[in-house]
Amino acid sequence: MISLKDIRSAILISLWFIFLTFPLMVIKVNPIDRVIDWRWLNMLYVGGGSFFFYLISRIFIKHKEARQDKMQKKQESERIEKSWSIFYKPKVYVPFLVIIALFALAFPLLFSTYQTNIMITALMYVMLGLGLNIVVGVAGLLDLGYVAFYAVGAYSYSLLNLHFGIGFWTALPIGALMAATFGILLGFPVLRLRGDYLAIVTLGFGEIIRLILENWNEFSQGPSGISNIPRPGLFGLEMSLNGAITYLYYLMIILVLFTVFVVNRLQNSRIGRAWFALREDEIACQAMGIDKTTTKLRAFALGATWAGMVGVIFAAKTTFVNPASFTFLESAIILCIVVLGGMGSIIGVILGALVLILLPEYLRAFSDYRMLVFGGVLVIMMVFRPQGIISNIRRTYTFTGQEDSP
Amino acid sequence: MDYFIELFFSGLTRGSIYALIALGYTMVYGIIGLINFAHGEIYMIGAFTALIISTVLSIYGFPVLAIIILTTLAAAVWSSAYGYTVEKLAYKPLRHAPRLSPLISAIGMSIFLQNYVLLAQTPDFLPFPSLVPDFAFMDKYAGVVGSSDMAILVSTAIIMIMLTMFIKFTRMGKAMRATAQDRKMSMLVGINVNRVISVTFIIGSALAAIGGLLVASHIGQINFYIGFIAGIKAFTAAVLGGIGSIPGAVLGSMILGLTESLATGYVSSDYEDVFAFTLLVLILIFRPSGLLGKATTEKV
Repeated sequence: MISLKDIRSAILISLWFIFLTFPLMVIKVNPIDRVIDWRWLNMLYVGGGSFFFYLISRIFIKHKEARQDKMQKKQESERIEKSWSIFYKPKVYVPFLVIIALFALAFPLLFSTYQTNIMITALMYVMLGLGLNIVVGVAGLLDLGYVAFYAVGAYSYSLLNLHFGIGFWTALPIGALMAATFGILLGFPVLRLRGDYLAIVTLGFGEIIRLILENWNEFSQGPSGISNIPRPGLFGLEMSLNGAITYLYYLMIILVLFTVFVVNRLQNSRIGRAWFALREDEIACQAMGIDKTTTKLRAFALGATWAGMVGVIFAAKTTFVNPASFTFLESAIILCIVVLGGMGSIIGVILGALVLILLPEYLRAFSDYRMLVFGGVLVIMMVFRPQGIISNIRRTYTFTGQEDSP
Repeated sequence: MDYFIELFFSGLTRGSIYALIALGYTMVYGIIGLINFAHGEIYMIGAFTALIISTVLSIYGFPVLAIIILTTLAAAVWSSAYGYTVEKLAYKPLRHAPRLSPLISAIGMSIFLQNYVLLAQTPDFLPFPSLVPDFAFMDKYAGVVGSSDMAILVSTAIIMIMLTMFIKFTRMGKAMRATAQDRKMSMLVGINVNRVISVTFIIGSALAAIGGLLVASHIGQINFYIGFIAGIKAFTAAVLGGIGSIPGAVLGSMILGLTESLATGYVSSDYEDVFAFTLLVLILIFRPSGLLGKATTEKV
């Protein structure tokens, strides 16, 4: 499997990385006390790490090439049918779904409040991921400022509550609408831009919103944020903290199901097909009579709606918002969820969110490395598996009518 | 009036720094059409390398001149090595992928490098010793232009002239221009396009490292996050001048630097970054090809 040549190049590569990381990994200085801390051990880690990583990636690439050769012989549709058909049989997926549903329902009873709280966060990211998936995965518009809409939702609820005492249930649709409005406002001017410029403008927009929230003290109370935001109520019932969290958990389950339902229906609708077409080829899409502007605006507005809703929930869950929760990194995490899960695939995005949010929570020891891993995941996924964990299977139509014999 | 001149010079200084970073963006974009998101991080790594090397050298008692020269060299060499490696790892495998893939990979690289420096070094601000001594002949102007401002302006000017000469007159520069015009065609006439791309990344990274070194010694402190904002602003400058165009990047940087400096001086410093972002959004909406860029029409 591994030839001598591979090992030789692995050694060369690990030497290169030792050189590359030498000043940053090995030397640590304190310019004030004028002390140097030599950390020679790190050099060993870098060398060994890059050596093995290279070998593993070589094996992976070889494996992939071998599989591709094999695959070329088979028809692609056959392959998809083979690997996926088993999940489409009700006998297989119904018990599967029942188990998952039972587990989800029993979760707050089985686990502590702390665990439930983490699960709520994970479910929030599922919704955010599904929302961003509409924009990035389905319509192919790279939005790096998605967190701005999230902030709009969170601040709509907190400000409305602060000034007018509006409750959670009224704020939920208002937050969603506000975010959708912002989505359209942003979408309108930037639609003419090509993919990468669009990414930068949305990034800039996200940062502008955060900076305004941070600096406009009269409006948003600045960096200190808004506290004492009420949790969601249930017909005026008084609830303990535990009760409130359990309630929020079930609420999230319902909302996630609602999101999945809507997103799924959207993807198979006329507008969903228009988005897919737009993603694949704008010019061909226009030639087929699809209005580019409205279609893109709809993607922006619908994507933002979910972010606004989750923003309201976020404010209600933490009972406190400040601009520090809405940095670019947050957008990057959500993007990472969509990319890891598989752009355009609903199950993929759900899995991606659960993996990326739950894993760091349970691997506390690695929580420092969380962002490092996120960055690495984005690169590795793009290089090795751009379609994500679960690739989206395009809807195919088979011709069942009689074929005319020539 | 003195206040205005002071702001003007500080704007020019800012602009020069942006220009050093913006050149990397514009050169890479010109050749492979990719927004190299990790470029700001290369600049940050340059600043960190400079800090580490200069502290080590000064602890071992090297003379000032040797420290300046060796630090600059080290920063440029290591940043170039990072730029080269990033290109090989994250962009080269994706050269024929759809447009979004390399962009997402670049964002991933940027987050990765930021957190790599955070973990390998420190999340806190580090003080950066001033590398530029106070020149005696600058005393008269001390109120208006500092020695380090002057050093930045002069070294940027020298670097710009050298870069222009390189691109205009050397064989490699010619190959770079050819590749920027038409990659396939330059392959056909025997240009090693992969090498041209590598060289572009190396030069861009070295320039960013020198920018990082100069700005760190000017401001006096660095942390792992400086690359993000500087990168975005330099990118704004590159787009303002017309991305892909080298004189455009310099012009755009100067305009951005002056605007920022005057706006913070006369309006308010709270919204310093908002000005840059708003300018970016406005240019992209109204004149996406920039001041000196050529408008391209999409061919089917």
